[in-house]
Amino acid sequence: MVLVFVETENGKVRKAALEAVYYGYLTAQKLGTSCQALLLGNAEDATSLGLYGATFVHQSDSISFNFFDNQVYSAAIAQAAKKLEASVVILSHSSNGKSLIGNIAYLLDAGSVSAAIDIPETDKGFSVRKGVYSSKALVNIELNTPVKVISVLGNSLQISVVGSNAEVQPIALDVLQPGIKVLSVDKLQSNVTPLPEAERVVSGGRGLKGPENWGIVEELADVLHATTACSRPVSDADWRPHHEHVGQTGIAIRPNLYIAIGISGAIQHLAGVNNSKTIVVINKDPEAPFFKSANYGVVGDLFDVVPKLTAAIKNLNA
Amino acid sequence: MKLLVCISKTPDTTAKIAFNGDNTKLETAGITFIMNPYDEWYALVKAIEIQEKWGGSVSVLHVGPSENDSIIRKALAIGATDAYRIDTEAVSADQVAFQMASFIQHHAFDIIFTGKETIDYNGAEVGGRMAAQLNLPFISFASHLDIVAENEAIVKRDMEGGTETIQVNTPFVISAAKGMAEQRIPNMKGIMTAKSKPLNVVTPQEYSPKISIVSHELPPAKKAVQYIDPENIAELARLLREEAKVI
Ligand SMILES: Cc1cc2nc3c(=O)[nH]c(=O)nc-3n(C[C@H](O)[C@H](O)[C@H](O)COP(=O)(O)OP(=O)(O)OC[C@H]3O[C@@H](n4cnc5c(N)ncnc54)[C@H](O)[C@@H]3O)c2cc1C
Repeated sequence: MVLVFVETENGKVRKAALEAVYYGYLTAQKLGTSCQALLLGNAEDATSLGLYGATFVHQSDSISFNFFDNQVYSAAIAQAAKKLEASVVILSHSSNGKSLIGNIAYLLDAGSVSAAIDIPETDKGFSVRKGVYSSKALVNIELNTPVKVISVLGNSLQISVVGSNAEVQPIALDVLQPGIKVLSVDKLQSNVTPLPEAERVVSGGRGLKGPENWGIVEELADVLHATTACSRPVSDADWRPHHEHVGQTGIAIRPNLYIAIGISGAIQHLAGVNNSKTIVVINKDPEAPFFKSANYGVVGDLFDVVPKLTAAIKNLNA
Repeated sequence: MKLLVCISKTPDTTAKIAFNGDNTKLETAGITFIMNPYDEWYALVKAIEIQEKWGGSVSVLHVGPSENDSIIRKALAIGATDAYRIDTEAVSADQVAFQMASFIQHHAFDIIFTGKETIDYNGAEVGGRMAAQLNLPFISFASHLDIVAENEAIVKRDMEGGTETIQVNTPFVISAAKGMAEQRIPNMKGIMTAKSKPLNVVTPQEYSPKISIVSHELPPAKKAVQYIDPENIAELARLLREEAKVI
């Protein structure tokens, strides 16, 4: 059985969790087994996990799950995996999923692969593909253990409906007392999709000259329903918040659309964004290295081009 | 406080990546190796800052052969007190975590630091695996760490679109992200004294890794860029909708 840990936010299943369930479903198909979901806490739309391939949703609730404590969550997930005799455990490669994978794998004596981008190859053995060296290469990793743990990189596969609503059943788990205390949770803007999950990203670099010029970036992001990002010098200079910094030392993303505005395309920047499906580069320097990685390029002054692009998209939507 | 920083070795960020004949190993000729930036810039410097304020010691721990000693010496030059090198090739996250946690079990460290991930395999698994083996709290992607009492810390942790503020008692494992400290460049005195600081070699435990590398590949080459006239931006909008189908 393939068990998928489902992350929630504000009482709802997260998009990353739907991808994880669908990944679990495809993996289970290959292995000739079922895909089941594990929910810690509550989600009003839990039954909809069935649409993406979960045959059951196992649910455990406890006040210990109100905040994220790595030890509490990993112990509960490992316990459920043992109880349900899961042979593969799937997580989202989110900040919580990344924190959990090592703990869970250790508790299950399992081999693990984080940030998988493809469903496992199971023809001979069981191998999983992921990006390495900051997406400069790919690796296929063989898991040699009876139980395997995988975290799935966001936007790695296009989900589709493969089933109908699933039944939610309680599962009894011995839940630990939290060893840490979460004092506060500060969300920046809850109406914007977080960067790792965003399908469209509009990103600005030093070419914007200063934080006061970000209006044109935000307006373009607005019409595209996109999330904003930035290059490292921009967040280092506090023109934009740190959590917007993408690249080798920032967040790695793979949206469907990445629009780079006034970013030169240094290798460390590309490392975090090169896997985006479509890349648009707007830069006044025709020699900017970013053009080599772009699908569409505009050589021009961003202060002229970006407002025109915003207007053109508004026109298209009208 | 007794602080431990786990450090790893990675190719320089500008390294051109290629593989050996059967694609199982990185071609190391011509590659410069560095201390993983998260380990060096954030974890190590934060540990040194805490030691400067609260006293105690900062040890660094590395799994690898003696040819990696230059990276350990750099950590000592930046300000670590002493170092331990577990004398075996690092082959996988589970093996490295097991070797380090087995060592840590015999030493009472108050805080065990890792970087938030390495920039080669980008796994972020080592900290969690060690924390599980040591049965300690694990706080990942920490962008701030304040020691508020001898055995108590306040940590800010990055997550999607925000931060969490957490209170935790020592001992714990923490993975360091940007914001935790400012990079320090070793000075001449640091480099000189590093030579005489203790670098202890530790015998590894028996262990068989839980994964193996089948092969590496380079990503498929990208199609040539299509240029759009800045005087005709409507065309870009059209292509994004009709050709790329992304808007
Ligand atoms: C170890 C290490 C890790 C790093 N990690 C990261 C990382 O994670 N992420 C990251 O982004 N960087 C990272 N860097 C930094 C990276 O090397 C580059 O310095 C950085 O990405 C450059 O940012 P930029 O493109 O915004 O600025 P610049 O390189 O200064 O580029 C600005 C661009 O704007 C263009 N421009 C200027 N004015 C206009 C205009 N009016 N119209 C149109 N275009 C204009 C210019 O032609 C230029 O190409 C790292 C560096 C190191 C050494």
